[in-house]
Amino acid sequence: MPFGLLKYGLARTYPGKNLFGESRSLKQSYDVVIIGAGGHGAACAYYLAKEYGITNVAVLDKGYLGGGNTARNTAVLRSNYLTEEGVAFYKASLELYKSLSNELGLNIMFEQRGQLTLAHSDAAVRNLRWRAEVNQHLGVRSELMFNDEIAQMVPHLRMDTAARYPILAGLWHADGGTARHDAVVWGYAKEAAARGVEFHQLTEATGIDIDHGKVTGVRTTRGDISCGKVIQAVAGSSSVVGNMAGIKLPIHTFPLQAMVTQPYKPLLEPHISSPHHHVYIHQTSRGEFVIGGGSDPYPLYNTRATLPMRETLSAAVLELFPFLREARVMRQWAGITDMTPDYSPIMGESPVQNYYLDAGWGTWGFKATPISGMTMAELVATDRVPELIAPFSLDRFYRFEQVNEAGATAASH
Amino acid sequence: MKTLLCPLNGIRNIDEFIYGGEYHVEPDRKQVDRKAWAEHVFFDTNSAGVVTEWWCHTPSSFWFLADRDTVTDEVINTYPFSIDPVER
Ligand SMILES: Cc1cc2nc3c(=O)[nH]c(=O)nc-3n(C[C@H](O)[C@H](O)[C@H](O)COP(=O)(O)OP(=O)(O)OC[C@H]3O[C@@H](n4cnc5c(N)ncnc54)[C@H](O)[C@@H]3O)c2cc1C
Repeated sequence: MPFGLLKYGLARTYPGKNLFGESRSLKQSYDVVIIGAGGHGAACAYYLAKEYGITNVAVLDKGYLGGGNTARNTAVLRSNYLTEEGVAFYKASLELYKSLSNELGLNIMFEQRGQLTLAHSDAAVRNLRWRAEVNQHLGVRSELMFNDEIAQMVPHLRMDTAARYPILAGLWHADGGTARHDAVVWGYAKEAAARGVEFHQLTEATGIDIDHGKVTGVRTTRGDISCGKVIQAVAGSSSVVGNMAGIKLPIHTFPLQAMVTQPYKPLLEPHISSPHHHVYIHQTSRGEFVIGGGSDPYPLYNTRATLPMRETLSAAVLELFPFLREARVMRQWAGITDMTPDYSPIMGESPVQNYYLDAGWGTWGFKATPISGMTMAELVATDRVPELIAPFSLDRFYRFEQVNEAGATAASH
Repeated sequence: MKTLLCPLNGIRNIDEFIYGGEYHVEPDRKQVDRKAWAEHVFFDTNSAGVVTEWWCHTPSSFWFLADRDTVTDEVINTYPFSIDPVER
């Protein structure tokens, strides 16, 4: 046994370093309060501190650090979206992921094993071709792939033309990948805390104080705070928290479920997604198959997992990988996701002055963690809306200018 | 929620139903301004609590209303549209 471990075991007080700052009482006032200590809240705090020297910041969470959707997602990273606004934004995020382990001093286990999105109909092939064109135009590695190549790359995939919905083609996205989701939020929080940002867990925001249209404070279960600016980054609670500030959002809240099998030897290299079957799958570096799909059939604020969802996910994935019929499902879980009508986020200013929104991340927001943190920090620090997020303002629904990513998102994440 | 009480067909398996969105009173199309129309089209209260919603029993194409708790997933009441949910 290594000596270090023995020292841990025998020590009277915890010898490890608390990476996220000691727990302490809330101060009466902060320059900035961030509601929600998920990846997005932590990343925003980090960039506020690092890029703009704003460190009198409290990040509040009603649960624990990164215990929301950051802990529950299937960690798919990609930038092969359909709109120019979407592709540019997610591409910038993927660029940040590449150097994130070094930047945060923590291995986020970023891997680019690529993603293959399958088409089982002519209409879907057309859609993939369209995406490939937009992606290539914006410098994203994305191309149409046909069956002989697919069979070579993914030998276990069922290419049988007698299948009910045979595979016709795929969109190969060499930039696609995964990262260790927990490490991302831990890394950001660690580096933000090292610069003086306070993380307050088990601290729920219960009200927003507004004076003459301007935010002045946040009420919490541990006392009231006054503050200059507030960012809400609460994922599945966006409508509930927005409502505290009197802000109505075009969001519907649905559970999203996923499950994981027992570990296998490495045999599936890329991530495979089938929008037609509403399923996606990849093999983790530990060997487990992570399987996810579409949202629950109706809205709910509840993280229960259901048997019908396990049945539909299993049936769908067996269409693609029949060998998995032997696999045991080890865990199944759900997160609460805030879905927008156009499958793009809602970022930027709100009707309340100095109150900023980082919401509407639905089933796709983990991949955006670095870039959303960076752009939200820029907005809050400079009061200028960064170009990358201007298309995602809440205002777009009043202008009827949606950024439609539904076709490039459903069951792809 | 595993079953739902359809006001026309009685208790049925939840698989026979589809969810149709929150119930709103549609604004008067002749008078409505852009802002109110945008809110009618895109925005909902999306409350964590009891919400009145549209549901459809798909085999019979019968649309009706349900009061459902979006936290516990309990259905409090289902009734045909002819009963105005605001008046009730
Ligand atoms: C099953 C599943 C699979 C997914 N797969 C992918 C994927 O493969 N790729 C991808 O890009 N995205 C995926 N997503 C989406 C992704 O997880 C989210 O969009 C993203 O994690 C949102 O990050 P966040 O930091 O905004 O939210 P969260 O991590 O949920 O953080 C929000 C925090 O706010 C806190 N909070 C809420 N209300 C309050 C309050 N009143 N006061 C204080 N704190 C509050 C919560 O406790 C929570 O910790 C998936 C989601 C799920 C559920």
